[in-house]
Amino acid sequence: MKSSSESSVDTAPVPVATIRRRRSRRSWLGMIGLALVVFWLAMAMIGPRISPYDAAAIVDTDVFSGISSKFLLGSDYLGRDMLSRILFGTRYTIGLALAATLLASSVGTTLALFAALAGGWIDATISRALDALISIPSKMFALMMVATFGSSIWLLILTAAIANMPGAYRIARSLAVNVQAMEYVQAARARGEGALYITCVEMLPNMIRPVLADLGLRFVFVVLLLSGLSFLSLGVQPPDADWGSLVRENISGLGEGATAVIMPALAIASLTIGVNLLIDNLRGRRAGKD
Amino acid sequence: MNGMVGRLILRRLALGVLTLFLVSIGVFFITNLLPGDAAQTALGQAATPETVAALRLQFGLDLPAPLRYAHWLTNLLNGNPGISLVNNASVAQMISGRLPASLMLAGVTALVSVPIALLLGIASAMYRGSIFDRCVNVTAVMLISVPEFLVATIAVMLFAVKLRWLSALSHTSDVATFGAFVKAYAMPVMTLCFVIVAQMARMTRAAVIDQLRSSYVEMALLKGINPTRIVLRHALPNAIGPIANAVALSLSYLLGGVIIVETIFNYPGIATLMIDAVTTRDMPLVQACSMIFCAGYLLLVLTADVLAIVSNPRLRTR
Repeated sequence: MKSSSESSVDTAPVPVATIRRRRSRRSWLGMIGLALVVFWLAMAMIGPRISPYDAAAIVDTDVFSGISSKFLLGSDYLGRDMLSRILFGTRYTIGLALAATLLASSVGTTLALFAALAGGWIDATISRALDALISIPSKMFALMMVATFGSSIWLLILTAAIANMPGAYRIARSLAVNVQAMEYVQAARARGEGALYITCVEMLPNMIRPVLADLGLRFVFVVLLLSGLSFLSLGVQPPDADWGSLVRENISGLGEGATAVIMPALAIASLTIGVNLLIDNLRGRRAGKD
Repeated sequence: MNGMVGRLILRRLALGVLTLFLVSIGVFFITNLLPGDAAQTALGQAATPETVAALRLQFGLDLPAPLRYAHWLTNLLNGNPGISLVNNASVAQMISGRLPASLMLAGVTALVSVPIALLLGIASAMYRGSIFDRCVNVTAVMLISVPEFLVATIAVMLFAVKLRWLSALSHTSDVATFGAFVKAYAMPVMTLCFVIVAQMARMTRAAVIDQLRSSYVEMALLKGINPTRIVLRHALPNAIGPIANAVALSLSYLLGGVIIVETIFNYPGIATLMIDAVTTRDMPLVQACSMIFCAGYLLLVLTADVLAIVSNPRLRTR
């Protein structure tokens, strides 16, 4: 509803030149986003292999040193190389967030399809129960989970997944309810197709793009949530370290302006901004095509 | 105000109370999921089984979970959230020592951020599509998508390390003069403001633009009224409801922000108290702090909803 009115306002009175300029700016920003995302995904895969030192190696007695040819991103509070620590941390930051997001989205979408197909009281019960879950802020939920179970990799994935599942469900359910009212779904139903066929062949392909865009946004939330937890030293536990932990362990260097504090935080920012740019522009391209 | 609006608000309030009740169930059961119990935690590994059993009886841990929940809830409602497992102090006292500081931080942040956000939001809606609007928009998106501690660290680097205007830690205990007050609060408030202003300005802009798309604005435009007047006299009064809604909703982002900001600036508020409680697994304190945060969050969301109901002209004219 809202998006259709937006696009009609966007396209109606704007001169062609402006549209062309706008579109080129969009794709330009989208390329930056894509580049950042691809870069960090590649680093998650090959980062440890190309890092100059081992993550745990104490290279020098010079702690909190600035950028030099020896330490490309400075050194940390023990004299370890920040670049290596960030490269090794990529796997934790991206891997955990990706696992949690995929889990949240797949469970949320499956539940949504089930609820939309079942309708009636089943739909109402699932929706109300998940609504109640949303009213606990995700940071609070995560803090309670960590307080109860202690922090571990699996708990972090599970917690972030549970915290994001209701949101993913909400989006997918409203999509599913809309798609379900479409003629092609009704035609399939009239043909006597089974529920599984209707879900997988008729409904899912027509919902997948908004669901994927939502997945990207959720990925950003999860990265921020988990690095926030690690920053509170309640997330990934030493000797493992994600980018949030790197900010935390070097926070004592903040007063002297150490690069060790700012670099991992910038790494998080470049990842989240990259994902946001990418999604925004994927969305823009689709709206343009429509 | 009439019966219709009153009824809607009452229904929303009842729903709020019900949600808070559900949240309390959630908080209690999440924090009681582990089989290991509070008596064992309180006494440590060296305790004999007899003393653990005695303490369990004293804590009421031998009762079934629903009954313990009922106990906990009635105690909570009577202002008695229990005894800390770590230092045997009353949780109520620990919280009442810290809560004013956090409320102060949140209050000052709201006072500073709301006017700035409204100005930015309305101005960028008025000049939408301009360079100014685009700059505000891009900056806001950037601020929303980066972690709070990046904003905080950059602020410290800039104002405490490079310019040496402020201290990196906030010493709120020795605030005597207004100058000292500004110095102590400037960094945490500024960091929180950046995050909140970004949210609020975006939502305000959307609310005003929503009004600018309506037919009465088109009518006014066709009559040749100047655009500034259209925004200020026609669109803004109608956008006040959605804007108030946006303000209340954005303020609920304070909750997440406060946790990070209090930690980074070593601010003695309730968020740092809760982080300590989580680290030491001091469950009664965790439960009480969670309930305070969740209640605060629900209150803001509820305020937003009620404001939306009150300001809806379609309900008013009936």
